[in-house]
Amino acid sequence: MQIRKSSIFLLFLGVGLIVLSLAGLQAAYQTGANHRSLADSAEFARIFQVTDLCLSTEARYTRHPSQADWHSPFQSHPLALDHFPSGSVIPPPRTIIPEK
Amino acid sequence: MTHFLEKQRNILDFALSSLLRRWGRNLALTAVYSGIVFFLGSVMFFTNALKHEASLLLASTPEIIVQKIVAGRHDLIPLDYAEKIRKIRGVAEVQGRLWGYYYDPISRANYTLISAPGAGLPEQNIIIGEGISRVLNVQKGRTIRLRSVAGRFANFKVKGVLSPESALVSTDLMLIGEDDFKKLFNIPPGVATDLLVSVRNKKEISTVAAKIAEIFPDARPITRDEVLRTYDAVFDWRGGLVLVILTGALLAFVIFAWEKATGLSAEEKREIGILKGIGWDTADVLQLKFWEGLAISLTSFLLGVILAYAYVFLADAPLFATVFKGWSVLYPAFHLTPFISFYQVVILFFFTVMPYTVATIVPVWKAATTDPDQVMRN
Repeated sequence: MQIRKSSIFLLFLGVGLIVLSLAGLQAAYQTGANHRSLADSAEFARIFQVTDLCLSTEARYTRHPSQADWHSPFQSHPLALDHFPSGSVIPPPRTIIPEK
Repeated sequence: MTHFLEKQRNILDFALSSLLRRWGRNLALTAVYSGIVFFLGSVMFFTNALKHEASLLLASTPEIIVQKIVAGRHDLIPLDYAEKIRKIRGVAEVQGRLWGYYYDPISRANYTLISAPGAGLPEQNIIIGEGISRVLNVQKGRTIRLRSVAGRFANFKVKGVLSPESALVSTDLMLIGEDDFKKLFNIPPGVATDLLVSVRNKKEISTVAAKIAEIFPDARPITRDEVLRTYDAVFDWRGGLVLVILTGALLAFVIFAWEKATGLSAEEKREIGILKGIGWDTADVLQLKFWEGLAISLTSFLLGVILAYAYVFLADAPLFATVFKGWSVLYPAFHLTPFISFYQVVILFFFTVMPYTVATIVPVWKAATTDPDQVMRN
């Protein structure tokens, strides 16, 4: 008996949706599993008054973006530009650039 | 209803057969389309997970941080400022905080040093993050040598190593006693790096911050809300590298849809003419093309989103991590907690599947409504 192409396609869609649902379930499970370590990290941040995530350590204005001042990205010399790669994905804080 | 569903399945069978007749071209199309969805989906998952984690980890960050700014640069703040800030109505507590950066020329890494009076550290003992432990290959009980600004070396015993699970907040941290910190950086008495202000009524944080700015024109108060909003903008669509990736992906997608929308090939027109000639309605032909477009869109969307999820949460997004690492020697592993926003996935679906499917139908309309004899002759 020949299987119809539409059956194969619908089966593929069904499997895809199941995999996406499993991804959602895995996300929910992982959130629960990580809850304790996230809570511990949050408590650590509270006790030691941490203000920023450690996303990058190459420059102080990307290590602590919420604490950065205007000066640090351009401090190397006059007309210096922000030259660290992480500066392209970590923008200045809202305290420096006001929201429109 | 059954007749309608069966008819749609028959049209879907025909659409899939039609796609398979040009399998090479359609496979390439699906691959590129999936790649675009993969890029957009990866950025979306990574950004959402990062923001979610930031909101959880930094929820208890200090309510107000007061910095002193001199000529646009962050400077040490006199502890006298704390006395005046304490007198502001609504302020519960003010304390000075000592923290700074240490560049290690041996490992070429930057460490963040925090004076931790609450850690109960004896003199010349430190607690280090797992990143420092990894870079220097030192464990609990070993010794790290740091050089003070006066040029003198001091040995510090590693009292403990922070857990890898807290790497996203602590990987480059070095917790040190207050006296050791002051000796290391030659900090004079009566100053701190910044001041931390606690407010009794959380709704008055911005009011208290405004009062601090008024009393001290050289001070810059940073509220907890502003700290959290900083991470709303990290890896955001609106700037930097992400904008470049997004522009490239959208441009490729627009070219796709435009190529589809501008016209049909001679073979496709002939095919439509033959179908009309053997009795297909215009509506049937449009449904056929709709199913062709939808088959490619749905396949590409599912493949792209599933691969994006696996890339970000199972493979730890190596390319994005590389951008954050930059020239860093010391960096955390990005084991982000998976976070899927259903709203974002729906937005991605409508922005990728719908336009392409519609673009497939548009050029077919004219051919489908033209006399079959004329279409086949042309």
